[in-house]
Amino acid sequence: MKPFAYQRAKDVESAVTTVAARPEASFLGGGTNLVDLMKMEVLKPELLVDVRHLVSRTIEPAHGGGLLIGAGMSNNELAADRRIRRRYPMLSQALLSGASYQLRNLATVGGNFLQRTRCPYFRDVTMPCNKREPGTGCAARDGVQRDLAVLGADASCVATHPSDMAVAMAALDAVLHTVGPSGERTIPVNELYRSPAEGPQRDTVLERGELITAVELPAAPVAAHSRYRKVRDRASYAFALVSVAAALEVRHGSVTQVRLALGGVAHKPWRATTAERALVGRPATEAGFRAAAEAELAAARPLAGNAFKVPLARNTIVSMLRDLTEGA
Amino acid sequence: MTSPNETNEPSRRAVLKAGVAGLGATMVPFGAFEALGAEPAQAAGPVTAPPAAASRGGIGAALKRVEGPLKVRGAATYAFEWPVEKPAYLYPLLSTIASGRVTSVDTRAALAEPGVLGVLTHLNAPRLAWADEPEVALLQSDRVAYHGQIVGAVIADGIETARYAAGLVKLEYAAEPVDVDLRTDRDDLRKPQHAQGFGQLPGDLMNGAPADTSAGDFAAGLASAVHRVDATYTTPVQHHNPMEPHAAVATWTDDEITLYCGSQGVSTPQELLTRAFGLEAGRLRLISPYVGGAFGSKDFSALWGTLALMGARLVPGRPVKLSFTRQQMFTLVGHRPAAIQRVRLGADARGRLVAISHDAVQETAKAKQYAEQTVQASRSMYAAPNRRTSTRIALLDVPIPTIMRGPGEATGMFALESAMDELAEKMGLDPIELRLLNEPQTHPETGQPFSSRHLKQCFEEGARRFGWKNRARKPRTRRKDGWLIGTGVAAATYPSPRLPGSTAFARVDRDGRYTVRIAAADIGTGTWTTLAQIAAEALGVPQNRVTLQIGDSSYPRASSGGFSSGMNSWGTTVYEAARALHAAVDEHGGKVPPEGIEVTVGMPDDPRLRQYEFGSYGAQFAEVRVHEDTGEIRVPRLLGVFDVGRVINPVTARSQLLGGMTWGLSMTLHEETALDHRYGHFVNNDFGGYHIAANADVGSIEVHFLDVRDPHINPMGSKGAGEIGIIGTAAAIANGAYNATGVRVRDLPLTLDKFL
Amino acid sequence: MEQKITLRVDGKERTLTVDTRTTLLDALRERLGVTSAKKGCDHGQCGACTVMLDGRRVTSCLVLAVAGDGAEVVTAAGLADGDDLHPVQKSFVAEDAFQCGYCTPGQIVSAVAMLREAKEGWPSVVSDDLDADRVVLDRAEIAERMSGNLCRCAAYVNIVTAIEKVTRP
Repeated sequence: MKPFAYQRAKDVESAVTTVAARPEASFLGGGTNLVDLMKMEVLKPELLVDVRHLVSRTIEPAHGGGLLIGAGMSNNELAADRRIRRRYPMLSQALLSGASYQLRNLATVGGNFLQRTRCPYFRDVTMPCNKREPGTGCAARDGVQRDLAVLGADASCVATHPSDMAVAMAALDAVLHTVGPSGERTIPVNELYRSPAEGPQRDTVLERGELITAVELPAAPVAAHSRYRKVRDRASYAFALVSVAAALEVRHGSVTQVRLALGGVAHKPWRATTAERALVGRPATEAGFRAAAEAELAAARPLAGNAFKVPLARNTIVSMLRDLTEGA
Repeated sequence: MTSPNETNEPSRRAVLKAGVAGLGATMVPFGAFEALGAEPAQAAGPVTAPPAAASRGGIGAALKRVEGPLKVRGAATYAFEWPVEKPAYLYPLLSTIASGRVTSVDTRAALAEPGVLGVLTHLNAPRLAWADEPEVALLQSDRVAYHGQIVGAVIADGIETARYAAGLVKLEYAAEPVDVDLRTDRDDLRKPQHAQGFGQLPGDLMNGAPADTSAGDFAAGLASAVHRVDATYTTPVQHHNPMEPHAAVATWTDDEITLYCGSQGVSTPQELLTRAFGLEAGRLRLISPYVGGAFGSKDFSALWGTLALMGARLVPGRPVKLSFTRQQMFTLVGHRPAAIQRVRLGADARGRLVAISHDAVQETAKAKQYAEQTVQASRSMYAAPNRRTSTRIALLDVPIPTIMRGPGEATGMFALESAMDELAEKMGLDPIELRLLNEPQTHPETGQPFSSRHLKQCFEEGARRFGWKNRARKPRTRRKDGWLIGTGVAAATYPSPRLPGSTAFARVDRDGRYTVRIAAADIGTGTWTTLAQIAAEALGVPQNRVTLQIGDSSYPRASSGGFSSGMNSWGTTVYEAARALHAAVDEHGGKVPPEGIEVTVGMPDDPRLRQYEFGSYGAQFAEVRVHEDTGEIRVPRLLGVFDVGRVINPVTARSQLLGGMTWGLSMTLHEETALDHRYGHFVNNDFGGYHIAANADVGSIEVHFLDVRDPHINPMGSKGAGEIGIIGTAAAIANGAYNATGVRVRDLPLTLDKFL
Repeated sequence: MEQKITLRVDGKERTLTVDTRTTLLDALRERLGVTSAKKGCDHGQCGACTVMLDGRRVTSCLVLAVAGDGAEVVTAAGLADGDDLHPVQKSFVAEDAFQCGYCTPGQIVSAVAMLREAKEGWPSVVSDDLDADRVVLDRAEIAERMSGNLCRCAAYVNIVTAIEKVTRP
């Protein structure tokens, strides 16, 4: 690790001001990803501003019947919360699918959104990588491709976003509350992540010094009937090859409401809006589910080493929707 | 001297369920071990096994691990944890090209970093007296032979500073083209030579076996066959990944050079390093009482010892601590080489094999040839008049491969036992029946008798316990909740070699207490407990009167633990020492004089070792589930029945076999080190990318052993148990996956994409 | 850059000056001589370094020591009362739930914390009823909840049994 200074901020405002003013400064939350990457010198901040104790660790009711989740909550605390388990089971399951209990006790909700890609070429500072060092090229595209993106990628970067939680949050239309140098704002999760075509070096639209303070989950009765399914190379403690967050409401044999998002396939949690549009108002049949999944995945541009993700994503979507229909 | 269990009748067969409960084990009291871990600073004196107090012990007793109470508190001292005064920390710097030369070195920025004590590169590293063994020597020239080779190191006051400053060393390279492609159509494949004993001995393959063999006329035999299988199987590079990284702590003073060094044996690395540094014999002392796993990766290679000693030379007066990072372990401590294997089987109308061939092409390093006995099992498993085996290697710009749990057979039996399943499937024969039909009476190539081979009983016992008769004969016929269900079976075999070169010391004091000393190692296999059990039986005394001392090179020389040779080599030697001690006591008229009596003896030769084939056997059963939609594969149940001779300790033996079977599961479902063919580097070089089985991957695993004494192998009657558990597991699972899905996967690992 | 911190480790208050880069794991092992927590991967990918930090199990290799200033740390050494082992430790010995022993202290801290989590009703991803009031720790639940601790000797079957026996004395 490059030497750095460490300070515990007194309040959110001073933390934001400090980080905004120094290009080599960074917030420190749970540290599970930041410290990991600092050890390999993928990230080399010169100042860490510890904000974990500043950011709320509670859940409060939000207007409109939703919930406002403090960004400082640990992943496990959020997963175990009764309101989440009952009203948004897919979110609980997504959290519980991620990492390990030890890591989830450290990792914060805010930090989870900002995990960097697990692309092995990004994590190896001796390799070319446009995300780590803009303009050096992408070593992954013609390298080991198993974990790479099949949707939304660009010639400059084919990395995937590793979060499980964010996939459920995307399906639930969660909204981030932030405090930045220019004040407070809200950002829908589905607008948080930048396309690699806009320059893969910046993952999100957050500005320097902008801190996630809370996440708002809108009321979504359909989410009470939802699941998260993570398909991976090991039964536990592994990143997703493909994951699916799905919520479904079926009435009189037809889909009335659906939420669908994919993980492990793109630079961001992939909200499957094409599939959702293809499902709503149509019969809840296996053929319909398959057609919707295929419509979503028509845009997929797989590489030789990750082509399996396309049928895998299709089958997992179909299987999830079938299970949710049968369990309805 | 004969325990109640001992008998010369090999036919006595008691199938012990290797459970822990009900075997009359005596718990070791927890209070007795303070001197070991709690005050490790004193342990530069003799390291002694905690006594198995209140226990009669002896062979066959289900004793708990004597060091258990230390380990559960984290108080057993591993290499990096030995307390030393004012240590300096060394961090290695690895090459970022796979082939070429270092053309320039700039250490100024690193040396300017506060706290940096020195930088080692090939320009200033000590010249070694023996520099041509690449698994021991380093920094002797500007050559780079693989990506991730040690090209320097930084030594600093702090662990963080050393690592950071290593990144400040600027190296320039002249890179040469990278060649890491393992293919069978390469025109430069060659027959391995002189790979025996890590290249120290003249035999073709690691274990001394010839690269190629043949008997009869394979082509004619195959032509005469009614049923044929011709299939090619591939296995990838795999990594040992013991939980404890390779670490060493070196102190170099005028009096003594001490190296605390995680190792599978203390004598071999002590000798290698003594030779490399040109030291007088005995000046270097290597201490390694506890090792956090090894699996072959801490056997011959001594790079971490070399580097720590070089560091200690560079900063005189400071002990130097070195631990490889998990990422560095992927290139510095060996790997299981990738292999491509073609198996051809021909059978007559009834299923008797008339022809067997097994041809392996294996990857190895340009830096050093390593060639393993991948095809060896096909020489002994099944009877057939016409047969051939061959081994070829491709020399590539890759790190040096080495032995890894079940070296040779772990991959070779995946191929052979998958092919046998394919033949059984083609013929509509039960796969167990096919195997039993071809069980040889003597070794099919040499004609030598098997000292003991109870494979048939393993299959019969296993089939009964597993419920084999209930299996669906037709593939893809059982499903539940979206999962296709199948069952598979495979045979297992691994030789039980005795390695030469062990010596043991035994002493009796006037008060009737015994001390046994041998430079053996415990890498988690249970040596602290089991060797003491052997000593107690050999001495004919209760175990609580025996003090065992191992893990220190100042003790009488011993071979390293590997190839399931540990107990056979060390136990036999300890037995001999006990005999000699008894003889010495007899010479004193049966009385022990005040100064005690002590003997030091070498391992005896035994002509029977050349007259019989020695090996462990097993039958592996697997239940496999493959998800119809996602291809996810799970192994909810494994069952193994093993013939490992007489069981020295059912608790530790069961754990060894459980561990081996879980390794088999892990290599089948998960393990593959991905090689980037452009840069020649291992891409997934951490636990996030290189998956080993996690707890949730493992379901029910049942271990059973036939407790049958081998009549000739050694005084204990015991055969090897370290490797046999991993052998055949992969084939049993792949065969089960075929039975579940109808999809035959011939390429490990069995990842979900192969079933989509 | 250095800072002074205070940790309460296995019941003892320890004050030390650390480089800001020092992890909690290295502070324990290299500075305080508390080697019970092990370094297996240094990246949160194996669980050998698991300790309880203010009552919750964490991978201490990813915690900066300066960020842990003021915290209460419990290692496997602190779970035992001298020679009197914690019930989970006793069960690990009785079931031979380890071989080389290197991952073992982390497994044990993890198991002790896991039993607490289960008591608090925390679910897992394999829980059939995500909203159940009471967690029933069957083998699948134990295995999932212990999957953050890798064991290369592969004592998993015995680890699960050792924990199972503690839950059902």
